[in-house]
Amino acid sequence: MSSALDALVDTVRAASAARAPLVIRAGGTKDFHGNETGGDRIDPRGWAGVVAHEPTELVITARCGTPLAEIESVLDAAGQMLPFEPPHFGTGATVGGCVAAGLAGPRRASAGGVRDFVLGVKLLTGRGEVLAFGGTVMKNVAGYDVARLAAGSLGILGVITEVSLKVLPKPVAEATLRLELPEAAALKKMNEWAGQPLPISATAWHDGLLHVRISGARAAVAEARQKIGGASVDGAAFWNGLREHQAAFFAGPGPLWRLALPSTAPALGLSGTQLIEWSGGQRWLRGDAPADRIRERAKACGGHATLFRGGARRDVFAPLAAPVAAIHRRLKAEFDPEGIFNRGRLYADL
Amino acid sequence: MNAPADKTNPYGRLALDGEGPVDAQRQREVVARLRTLLPEHGVLFRDEDTRPYECDGLTLYRQLPLAVALPESEAQVIAVVKACRELNVPIVPRGAGTGLSGGALPHAGGVLLSTAKLNRIVRLDAFARTAVVEPGVRNLAITEAAANHGLYYAPDPSSQIACTIAGNVAENSGGVHCLKYGLTFHNVLAVRGVSGDGDVVEFGSAAPDVPGLDLLALVIGSEGMLVVVTEVTVKLVPKPALARCVMASFDDVGIAGEAVAAIIAAGIIPAGLEMMDQPATRMVEPFVKAGYDLDAAAILLVESDGTPAEVEEEIARLTEVLNRAGAKRIAVSNSEAERLKFWKGRKNAFPAAGRVSPAYYCMDGTIPRKRLGEMLRAIQQMEGKYGLRCPNVFHAGDGNLHPLILFNDNDVEEVKRAEDFGVEILELSVALGGTITGEHGVGVEKISQMCSQFTDAERAMFHAVKRAFDPAGILNPAKAIPTLHRCAEYGRMKVSGGRLPFSELERF
Repeated sequence: MSSALDALVDTVRAASAARAPLVIRAGGTKDFHGNETGGDRIDPRGWAGVVAHEPTELVITARCGTPLAEIESVLDAAGQMLPFEPPHFGTGATVGGCVAAGLAGPRRASAGGVRDFVLGVKLLTGRGEVLAFGGTVMKNVAGYDVARLAAGSLGILGVITEVSLKVLPKPVAEATLRLELPEAAALKKMNEWAGQPLPISATAWHDGLLHVRISGARAAVAEARQKIGGASVDGAAFWNGLREHQAAFFAGPGPLWRLALPSTAPALGLSGTQLIEWSGGQRWLRGDAPADRIRERAKACGGHATLFRGGARRDVFAPLAAPVAAIHRRLKAEFDPEGIFNRGRLYADL
Repeated sequence: MNAPADKTNPYGRLALDGEGPVDAQRQREVVARLRTLLPEHGVLFRDEDTRPYECDGLTLYRQLPLAVALPESEAQVIAVVKACRELNVPIVPRGAGTGLSGGALPHAGGVLLSTAKLNRIVRLDAFARTAVVEPGVRNLAITEAAANHGLYYAPDPSSQIACTIAGNVAENSGGVHCLKYGLTFHNVLAVRGVSGDGDVVEFGSAAPDVPGLDLLALVIGSEGMLVVVTEVTVKLVPKPALARCVMASFDDVGIAGEAVAAIIAAGIIPAGLEMMDQPATRMVEPFVKAGYDLDAAAILLVESDGTPAEVEEEIARLTEVLNRAGAKRIAVSNSEAERLKFWKGRKNAFPAAGRVSPAYYCMDGTIPRKRLGEMLRAIQQMEGKYGLRCPNVFHAGDGNLHPLILFNDNDVEEVKRAEDFGVEILELSVALGGTITGEHGVGVEKISQMCSQFTDAERAMFHAVKRAFDPAGILNPAKAIPTLHRCAEYGRMKVSGGRLPFSELERF
């Protein structure tokens, strides 16, 4: 099995020596994410398998090519879950891709994102070395937290070859409620609830309907149901539709924008249709509002906008402040001196 | 920078960069410059004025700085950093000085930059559940300011009365509630700071994420080596309606460790999950009168929080699990006063150690929970080997141990034994698949053991990260990440001492 890792190392070393760009691609389920990139494909799927899962340690360690579905089924058998509910966006999703993409699902606002559950990674850098950062324990402050830096790095620092993730028990009880509310009122409600000790694990507003998922101890769910009100609905398919972008909203025409904002940002008033998640922290916008206008509005609210799907795959991410961009360039040069990994996928000069 | 200090220090330590006497002429030059930037009371340089800054909470290491700067605004921080950059003077940032790893140990040729005067809460937004605070604001002050709104700041290191938020950012501090509520990392949304070049840089955001790389992940826990923090945005969380604490006694430490695993296996993530061994309960009980079972080999403190109905449900499940796991006695707090009494002993373990011993040395290794019994047995053996007592308190839920080595700091030979004892615990933490530090940081204290935990290539990458943020290398140099040279020296020392520990164990 280690020959699969050796093969990855050899590929990287050869590419570095030749300064030939590589595209890191496993199942290709997130090909659409980020800017267009180019180069020879390096496929990490040969390096797969769960290395360790001890339910009482609340940690799972797996090689990068392990299918995300396999991770979830191993955890499910132990009554556990990946709390950040990562989207698969297809059957080929792997755990390495999940961490590199850094995308989280409906539970993000209450549980945290990918970054919050990464405990350790092994990273194959552009120097052809496999380096271990972090580990398998809950608390670890030895050295800079490069493991968490890898979450959402879109492969620009190297090939993530192994990850250790913190996992949590599945909630004992769960319910989904539906309320009829206009946008501004829904935003107000979601933020008010978030300031109260309620076991809300997901929220979503679209087209006058607010869905709220509550998860936890039976007593807590029963109490919260009373407090929040609304009609009880079957939630599983609904939340999965959001997580996997299979809901009707996502099938509509026009580019799909993702705005990450402070949850209290007011209604945006941009043209197009909107779906709001994470208590107001994540807003999907589908429509043809001009890019500059969307970015400006997101920035004014204290957040940023990403062209998530559709449109030209150039400059999809909001530009960085100059000192932050300089740190990015220097980090890239240290991890990937020849600039071979996923060239331009995050920013044109990285 | 400075010439290496005397290698024959009485403790047989490897020399640190930045140890040694202060150069008087250099001091005059730097002080003159700082005085053009700060008010007169904001620049300290006479020995009697800088003496209070000679160490942080790790008193085993002491060093006078060239000068102490006390800026009162971000503009003054920028001015100080730019001046130091120009004069090539290292900067050591310092909060309240409660750190336990010597991260704020001064540099003989450097300026100690205290954030003490930057202590305002800039903004608290209850609706958004965020607070924007200056770096010198105390951890507990945030919670106190948020209390009226039914909110609080979750991480609660035992020094929370005194420690500052920027110090928490530097160390990625935890506390007794982080199993459920996370570390500083999980509760800080954004950090604004001044880079080694004097630029203002913002990391993170009140939005769920930022474009580009997650640089905030590197900044948190960076021990003042990447940026001088000038503002922190924290997340506030709703205060649970009720919290109750279960105290369970065990007549074997190993069984107590298995009970911890049983709680997790039952799908319960308690708000707090702490263990104290018998030497620890016997040490704190006369001091705090918490009502601990002094006959028990170990006690567990397990906190449940939430709505009253939720807490009742969880306590019932916890009691069942603890009984099944072999608890000899179980007590549940019946009032807030009683809950606080249960916790008082745990939170006062460090001062209690200071009461029964002239000095104590607090370790901070984290290991996989299942290795807890092994670690405790090894520590017991080490007590005999080094002739020193070592009560143990743990964040059991996180596998984070705080063995407290008791020693007499006026006895040079005993200090050396205490340090060797500590080193052996750290090395064993790594050998058991854990880490040398869970929440106190590496600082100067554990810098040599970084050589055991990481390979040359990994440490080289840490230096690379430092360069990316601070190309001139002026922010808290020579802390946390050892040089290749130092590791080579440490390796020789370990081998020549014939004490490469646990050679039989697989290395992780």
